[in-house]
Amino acid sequence: MAIKTGKGDVETTSPFAIELQNVCKSFGRVQANRNISLAVENAAIHGIVGENGAGKSTLMNILFGLHSADSGSILIDGKPVEIRSSADAISLGIGMVHQHFMLVPNFTVLENIMLGREGDMLLKDGIASTMRELEELETEYGMQVNPHAKVEDLPVGTRQRIEIIKAIRGGARILILDEPTGVLTPQETDSLFAILRALRARGVTIILITHKLAEIMAITDSVSIIRDGKIVGSRETSKTNSGELAELMVGREVLLRVEKNAASTGETRLSVNGLGLSSNDGQPLLTEITFDLRAGEILGVAGVAGNGQSELMEVFAGMRTFDTGQMEILGDQIDSKHPKHPDSMRKTGLGHIPEDRHQHGLVLNFEASENLVFGFHHTELTGNGLLMDQKSIRSHAETMIERFDVRPANPDLPAKNFSGGNQQKLVIAREMNAEPKVLIVGQPTRGVDIGAIEFIHKQLVALRDKGCAILLVSVELDEILALSDRIMVMNEGRIVGVLDSADATERRIGLMMAGIAKEEAA
Amino acid sequence: MKSAPPLPYWADVILLPVINLLAALLVCGVIIAMLGENPFSALSVMIKGAFVYPSSLGYTLYYTTNFIFTGLAVAIAFHAMMFNIGGEGQAYLGGLGAGLAALWLGADFSPLIVLPVAVIASALFGAAWAFVPGYLQAKRGSHIVITTIMFNFIASSLMVWLLAGPLIQKGQQSPQTPTFDANAFLPKFSELLASVSIDVARSPLNLSFVLALAALVFFWVLVWKTRFGYELRAVGHNQQAAHYAGINVPRVIIITMLISGAFAGLMATNEILGVQHKVLLNFTSGYGFTGIAVALMGRNHPVGIFLASLLFGALFQGGAELDFEFDSITREMVLVIQGMIILFSGALAYMFNRPLSHFLASILNRKQAVNE
Repeated sequence: MAIKTGKGDVETTSPFAIELQNVCKSFGRVQANRNISLAVENAAIHGIVGENGAGKSTLMNILFGLHSADSGSILIDGKPVEIRSSADAISLGIGMVHQHFMLVPNFTVLENIMLGREGDMLLKDGIASTMRELEELETEYGMQVNPHAKVEDLPVGTRQRIEIIKAIRGGARILILDEPTGVLTPQETDSLFAILRALRARGVTIILITHKLAEIMAITDSVSIIRDGKIVGSRETSKTNSGELAELMVGREVLLRVEKNAASTGETRLSVNGLGLSSNDGQPLLTEITFDLRAGEILGVAGVAGNGQSELMEVFAGMRTFDTGQMEILGDQIDSKHPKHPDSMRKTGLGHIPEDRHQHGLVLNFEASENLVFGFHHTELTGNGLLMDQKSIRSHAETMIERFDVRPANPDLPAKNFSGGNQQKLVIAREMNAEPKVLIVGQPTRGVDIGAIEFIHKQLVALRDKGCAILLVSVELDEILALSDRIMVMNEGRIVGVLDSADATERRIGLMMAGIAKEEAA
Repeated sequence: MKSAPPLPYWADVILLPVINLLAALLVCGVIIAMLGENPFSALSVMIKGAFVYPSSLGYTLYYTTNFIFTGLAVAIAFHAMMFNIGGEGQAYLGGLGAGLAALWLGADFSPLIVLPVAVIASALFGAAWAFVPGYLQAKRGSHIVITTIMFNFIASSLMVWLLAGPLIQKGQQSPQTPTFDANAFLPKFSELLASVSIDVARSPLNLSFVLALAALVFFWVLVWKTRFGYELRAVGHNQQAAHYAGINVPRVIIITMLISGAFAGLMATNEILGVQHKVLLNFTSGYGFTGIAVALMGRNHPVGIFLASLLFGALFQGGAELDFEFDSITREMVLVIQGMIILFSGALAYMFNRPLSHFLASILNRKQAVNE
């Protein structure tokens, strides 16, 4: 089987690989897409940007056959088509790389790529033809993978490469990538972009969904902006800039840079010395962690997801005990024999905005007002009586919702019905309202739209200026660079090095994230 | 892939259960018709048997009392995301507690002392029997479903040994305790009303029904108004988040199981203190298990549990009448009818969700179109 990629294999009569005409889709009363019309040229990289909940994913799911449009039409190569399922989409040459990978972790690369096309009863022929194709791909696009490696052992960037191989191996001439760079290091992102350029050169049309404007500017040929389910603008990338795009996305002018003054640091509030932690099966998760965090500074922790940052935050929040070393937090000594639980940590003045608000930060079925006292339900916020004071809880919620601009401003709505950004505002409102002396923040803007990002960043800087000691963990390097006064880079559970933000460049931190020492990465 | 719009709240809590019930009755009607009886006269006998005939209402409410207690036991654990299947064993042990208190104190103290102590003892014994599974779940991660089932068997064996051995009435062959002193009898409604010269038909309905109603209110306040209820629901929805918020999750799990066991144990106040006046073998006769269906149908809410208990009470009482009136409908057939209702309102509870929501959405859309 030849890999069908590019114009050479298909007769094209239309300059557009994909055309959408007046596509509408609603879920109940929510109109996710309204009259969307869009045309993507052959062999171009087209970006789609928009805030969370703007309707990007719905649109792509319609194109990939996961949802069916209520009205409107889709044209592929100028011919109207009906896409009722993902099988239809694949047979039309559309491939999709999802945000969350669809790979079998304990299969090898080869087994994963072969999945769905195993050939005959015996795997022999399927293996042979897959191997042949992999070689072709390697020579054509420079996509190197070891076919016998187990997927669970591979870094995220390589896993994504396998997803792309799976998609184009299916004969895709149109490739949809949904937020592909969220989990990649800068270097991995670069090599992804190199692959995308090579694919474009062979005639593959690519749709890139992202909320990172820098990537749109770096790789796309054209871009469409979605807001409230409508296309509010389409631009040639060369004739626009990040500022304009951000404004179109949000509908107003946005500050992309965070304004902040130099830090005026005070006393040490969190001091960690030789902290170590192993998993249940003895794998080291954190090794020899030593650093200080002072009042009035933001210490950014950079690193690819899964290099010990999550465990580090859980240790500080009291959610996990550690094995070796000790730490001092606001004057209290803590070690493995004298652990401190989340409740007493909170009482000492520690705030924690967890990286996963769905798993930790919120009870999604609880109302906003209930979530706003979560962890503080033994404080005066809920009154002093035997029963919880509903009036006091409600008025607290109303204050918080107003101060942190949570929308919709409805304290009775369950947390699950808020958008990602507003859910995050609920968590941030709750933790910041307690005026913590130390704040542990994990991925504060993950899945949060650009307008809310601006707001959240401002709040963090304001808290720092009030003298709070902030530990900021984020996989978004831009965020780390924009907010931090010092930057600590982690790799495989160790601290690779700590930089002053003045000495930090994206490249240098990127190399340190890969484990290269600070001096060599200069 | 057309996704169904969400069902409005009122339809979810009222319309859907009613439709489920009607579907169950429809299937039962077909079965009864196949047996050669008239389904409508069968239904009318059931309704009359449960509510109309003299003393029938009393019997229905007597059964209802049992279901309220066991339903609450299951529901409170459900709110903390635990499946307490041990209501049967906990109620059995509750009977032991009530019985011991009644036997030891009944002869020497006034009812004002004996009855409260016996009621509390039934709750404490039930709670104690739920403690071990709760502890094992909280501290050791042993699955509560497995341990509570095992504790049902242990309870059963323990009670056989006690009732056939240490507690058996001297000179008796049947495995049961001596009858309590009258001081330990929970007053029946018919007797209470007779004392103020209101004459009603005699039935086993007794003061424990009032206790059950109080338990419903207590449940509501506990789950939705107290800090403990808040923690309990947080643990039920998201244990990790609860841990993050500083809630002592194992402690909440253990206390919830204690309360759950106490509710189940209180069932014995009706059976043992109110009706039997002695502890006897297998007095729980499956009420603990039916509590699961009651909680499921009542959506773990006190109002729902009351209505579901009333329904099951009526089924028990009306079903017995059915067995009585029709030759071809046997006791087993009545169990089939009860099973149908449990099946449709429990296991298949959401079968009609999608068609119903599409139907309602289309009505609403049409209405909107007319208005515009």
